[in-house]
Amino acid sequence: MSDLSMSQATGQNRTGKIILRWVLYLALGLFALFYLMPLFVMITTSLKSLDEIRTGDLIALPRDVTLDAWRTAWSGACTGIQCEGVRPYFWNSILIAIPAVAISTLLGAMNGYVVAQWQFRGANIIFSLMLFGCFIPFQVVLLPMARMLGIMGIAGTIPGLIFVHVIYGLGFTTLFFRNYYVSIPSELTKAAKVDGAGFFRIFWSIFLPLSLPIIVVTVIWQFTQIWNDFLFGVSFSQAGTQPVTVALNNIVNSTTGVKEYNVDMAAAIIAALPTLFVYVVAGKYFIRGLTAGSVKG
Amino acid sequence: MSPILDINNLYKSYGTTEILKDINVSIEPGDFLVLVGPSGCGKSTLLNCIAGLEPITGGAISIDGKDMTHVSPKDRDIAMVFQSYALYPTMTVAKNITFGMKVRGVDQATQDKKLAQVAAQLQIEPLLNRRPGQLSGGQRQRVAMGRALVRDPKLFLFDEPLSNLDAKLRVEMRTEIKALHQNLGASMVYVTHDQIEAMTLATKIVVMKGGVIQQIGSPSEIYNRPANLFVADFMGSPAMNLIPAKAHRAADGTRIEIARNSGGPIVLTDTKNRDLPEDVILGVRPEDIADPDLRGSDATQAADCLIDIVEPAGADTFAVMQLGGKHVTARLHAETTAKPGHSKRLSFDLGKVSYFAPETGLRLN
Repeated sequence: MSDLSMSQATGQNRTGKIILRWVLYLALGLFALFYLMPLFVMITTSLKSLDEIRTGDLIALPRDVTLDAWRTAWSGACTGIQCEGVRPYFWNSILIAIPAVAISTLLGAMNGYVVAQWQFRGANIIFSLMLFGCFIPFQVVLLPMARMLGIMGIAGTIPGLIFVHVIYGLGFTTLFFRNYYVSIPSELTKAAKVDGAGFFRIFWSIFLPLSLPIIVVTVIWQFTQIWNDFLFGVSFSQAGTQPVTVALNNIVNSTTGVKEYNVDMAAAIIAALPTLFVYVVAGKYFIRGLTAGSVKG
Repeated sequence: MSPILDINNLYKSYGTTEILKDINVSIEPGDFLVLVGPSGCGKSTLLNCIAGLEPITGGAISIDGKDMTHVSPKDRDIAMVFQSYALYPTMTVAKNITFGMKVRGVDQATQDKKLAQVAAQLQIEPLLNRRPGQLSGGQRQRVAMGRALVRDPKLFLFDEPLSNLDAKLRVEMRTEIKALHQNLGASMVYVTHDQIEAMTLATKIVVMKGGVIQQIGSPSEIYNRPANLFVADFMGSPAMNLIPAKAHRAADGTRIEIARNSGGPIVLTDTKNRDLPEDVILGVRPEDIADPDLRGSDATQAADCLIDIVEPAGADTFAVMQLGGKHVTARLHAETTAKPGHSKRLSFDLGKVSYFAPETGLRLN
């Protein structure tokens, strides 16, 4: 008797669980649709001709798929007086982002290693100050930074922008690496010291090879930040060194006459592609890396 | 022979907190020195100071006659085994063992030769291409030892190397370390909080508490003639019985009176120790309170005791009773007739007894 009622109870329980599961999937699906909607509109619009955009429905699929808008966005759209599309600026962004990401990640790794494993007097104060740097709004540093760049003679250049991004990124990269390295037992450093390894040897041979998960996290974070940056790009660049975000703004805001929505959309997608790409390729490492410190034995 | 390790008036403090106070130790080549004490006594800090991983505040350390006080760890000719093993996680076992040689620029042929030697010695050849994450605790321990052995140093340092192993493996590895010490004839300094490890491994023990050395001596000195109440209580398992007692001078020696719950006090006569103050703390090892038939020593005297608890432990049976207001443990043989709640005649062997002053805790005899 009691057995029977028990099995009934578990049966009910199971059906309840399945229903709940499907409700959950439905809700998640709806949210996904909601968030994907703008992307859908962007892609379809970028594949339509201007005529079709003017006459058609916003969310309708394109009747005649055309890549003209993409071609224009890449190499023909006007950013003010020049009409070269986003291509040169896209390369500017790459020239800025790749060195800036590499340098800030490497320096962050080294900072984190020092702060976490070479406890010296004042290490915690220095780390707190660097952490504080993460919370300073971009706008605050604009004027002093402009002055600095002027003094250093790299104002308006790509190295100048790299410098700015490295400095601004250091707080975050140091934080990431410090928190990762703090979970590594200090006995490892001691053992290496007894083995005769010095500061850099220990870093290169022991800590860096351990750091892949946190390097991935840092690279994604830094790349997204630097690629998507607009404020520094617009403030510290001049004609010829502007990043793609600034070019995109110029294309969208400085056209006169008819608004070429399809070109704007295509340009926006082009500008967003690298970050999308990084997330798709390295996304799973990102999640893994964020939790890696806690489960390492 | 000059001492292999000589520590003179070593002080260590963090800010205003003194961690180590006036440490003086020296060991001869081939000695196995064990630093033992409860956690927080400064024994690991002392080991780190010897290794050069912690700067010292005062005093001097010399290794093999050379002043090493301000020398960096790599130039002290030492090797160290850590509690967490501290194997390099991304390197194979072979790379772990040869890392030190690689850093020091030893040529590849010598590296390979030494690696093969050590791997054979520790029987870890099948593991050489694995990473530390793929090894069991005991295997990691072996690799950590290999990394130290391959260095062939003047001095081996061990920082609680067995405390992460389970009980059975710990005993096995203990024996192996002892065998290693005997075969190599190497000088070793070993930190542990486990007094049994200290007793079994050491040729010389340093008992520490609160950053101060309590006693230095051979295992038998420490065990049989503890310098104070702390050492008496810390070393030995079950611990030494420390019983408050009264001493009176008599013609044939000293009468020792121990209060009993029922009946009058137990009165024992110590013929060897004559000049004792009236109030003493009597230190008797559990094995010196035994079944009467087993002991033939001259100093043996029998007395009836009311047994409270009987704890069979296989080879021995421990009987707990109340004497002088303290729990007192006797080590009886396995088939003893002792029963809880019953009185039993036990013989007290005063041949190796210790006396301590109640106020200072220092040894009197």
